[in-house]
Amino acid sequence: MTGSGDTSKDMDLKLRVWRQRGPKDDGAMVEYDVPAVSPDMSFLEMLDVLNERLTLEDDDPIAFDHDCREGICGACGVVINGIAHGPEVTTTCQLHMRSFTDGDVIDIEPWRSGSFPVVKDLVVDRGSLDRIIQAGGYISAPTGTAPDAHAVPVPKDDADAAFDAATCIGCGACVAACPNGSAMLFTAAKITHLGLLPQGQPERDSRVLDMVGQHDAEGFGGCSQIGECTAVCPKGISLSTISRLNVDLLGALRSTYAK
Amino acid sequence: MPASTLTKHRATVRSTVVLKAIMAITGLVMIGFLLAHMAGNLWVFAGREEFNDYAHHLRTLGEPMLPHKVLLWALRIGLLLSVVLHVYSAITLWKRAHVASARKGGTRYHTSKGQRGVQRSYASFTMRYGGIVITLFVIYHLLHFTGNQIHPGGASSSPYDRVVNGFEIWWVWLSYVIAMVAIGLHLRHGLWAAAASLGANTSPRRRRQLNTGAITIAVVITVGFLLPPTLILFGGIS
Repeated sequence: MTGSGDTSKDMDLKLRVWRQRGPKDDGAMVEYDVPAVSPDMSFLEMLDVLNERLTLEDDDPIAFDHDCREGICGACGVVINGIAHGPEVTTTCQLHMRSFTDGDVIDIEPWRSGSFPVVKDLVVDRGSLDRIIQAGGYISAPTGTAPDAHAVPVPKDDADAAFDAATCIGCGACVAACPNGSAMLFTAAKITHLGLLPQGQPERDSRVLDMVGQHDAEGFGGCSQIGECTAVCPKGISLSTISRLNVDLLGALRSTYAK
Repeated sequence: MPASTLTKHRATVRSTVVLKAIMAITGLVMIGFLLAHMAGNLWVFAGREEFNDYAHHLRTLGEPMLPHKVLLWALRIGLLLSVVLHVYSAITLWKRAHVASARKGGTRYHTSKGQRGVQRSYASFTMRYGGIVITLFVIYHLLHFTGNQIHPGGASSSPYDRVVNGFEIWWVWLSYVIAMVAIGLHLRHGLWAAAASLGANTSPRRRRQLNTGAITIAVVITVGFLLPPTLILFGGIS
């Protein structure tokens, strides 16, 4: 932390922020000067400082989603200078102001997707991702006492790959970054996570059919293998999960129609 | 199986993943054709008689097992079907992507920064426009060499003369260069994307390998097609 008296490295920034009163409002970019920003602040703390001032000035504070501010919940996320979550590969809450320099003009916009309607300012409704999970992102297991951890053996490589995929926090940056507005990386992360584990096998076919069906019903686009999603993903979900999803889906369709 | 599940599965048959698989398979069919076409063109280096023989043999391909031109037409129909399915899938996905990325008047984000994304290739930007350029080129190319309706450089008596008369004109050569570069870029992203859509991208390492392979084949096809016209223009063949 910088000492309280040390403001030598503080930055004067100009923000251009998307302001939109409600879902039906047109919205526009609005400029704000934010002086004396400490490089040790997080991006959201910088917005907090601006919001305090706006509140004192009887202005409407900028609405943005946030919760844990530890990079693990997936609530926060805005497009900063055209890049989802900004210049570091992390969540917006974990982005430090030291990634910017004095005098910068920073453009802040909400995730843009036909399936993510804007609620207000930088807040979008990501219920479409929840509905994809509801369509098949689960397993059916008997409840009761927890089974022994080693009751079902899982190969180490599979366990590791399943865990990597399971780290998806559903923030939606993949959709915001995808030129096609596809949520395939998100969907493929869950398909990979559950499809690699023995507990996920009974519903493996119906899961991929239902989740891809829901993905498309929500209006998301198709995957062109451009890779912008994985490049901005705070959890580094691999593009190879999408190849896995495609194989699972084509296989599930084959076995459905072979019956 | 309950009716609702059947309905869902029917919807999945028309899903973006299936459309992409169709694009991938039809694209690979067309790449197979391009490789054979490119290799066949190289007969022009063997001389007038050999090249004309090769061109004639395309029409007698499969004889005497099959009647005249039957195999040729079977291949043509297969290719045409691939083109139609490829274009249909592309247009359907293009429309979806436009709505899904919430574009208003061509722009998605208001900022002028980060337009190039984080890592995407120039080829991936130009797939759709490249597709249009290639479609227009194919029509021009068929009218020129297959149908012989347009004949820059004067009418010609044989396939060999048609090739040489045509490519001795600089603007004919230039139009082919533009088209071949468009095809090269389209294949550079398209081949990688086709492989990945069909499940070949199994790891970050495999992703690099597939991209290297896609670049290699795109360069081979582009250079291979441009060799004969370029040598003709600069007087290597007459």
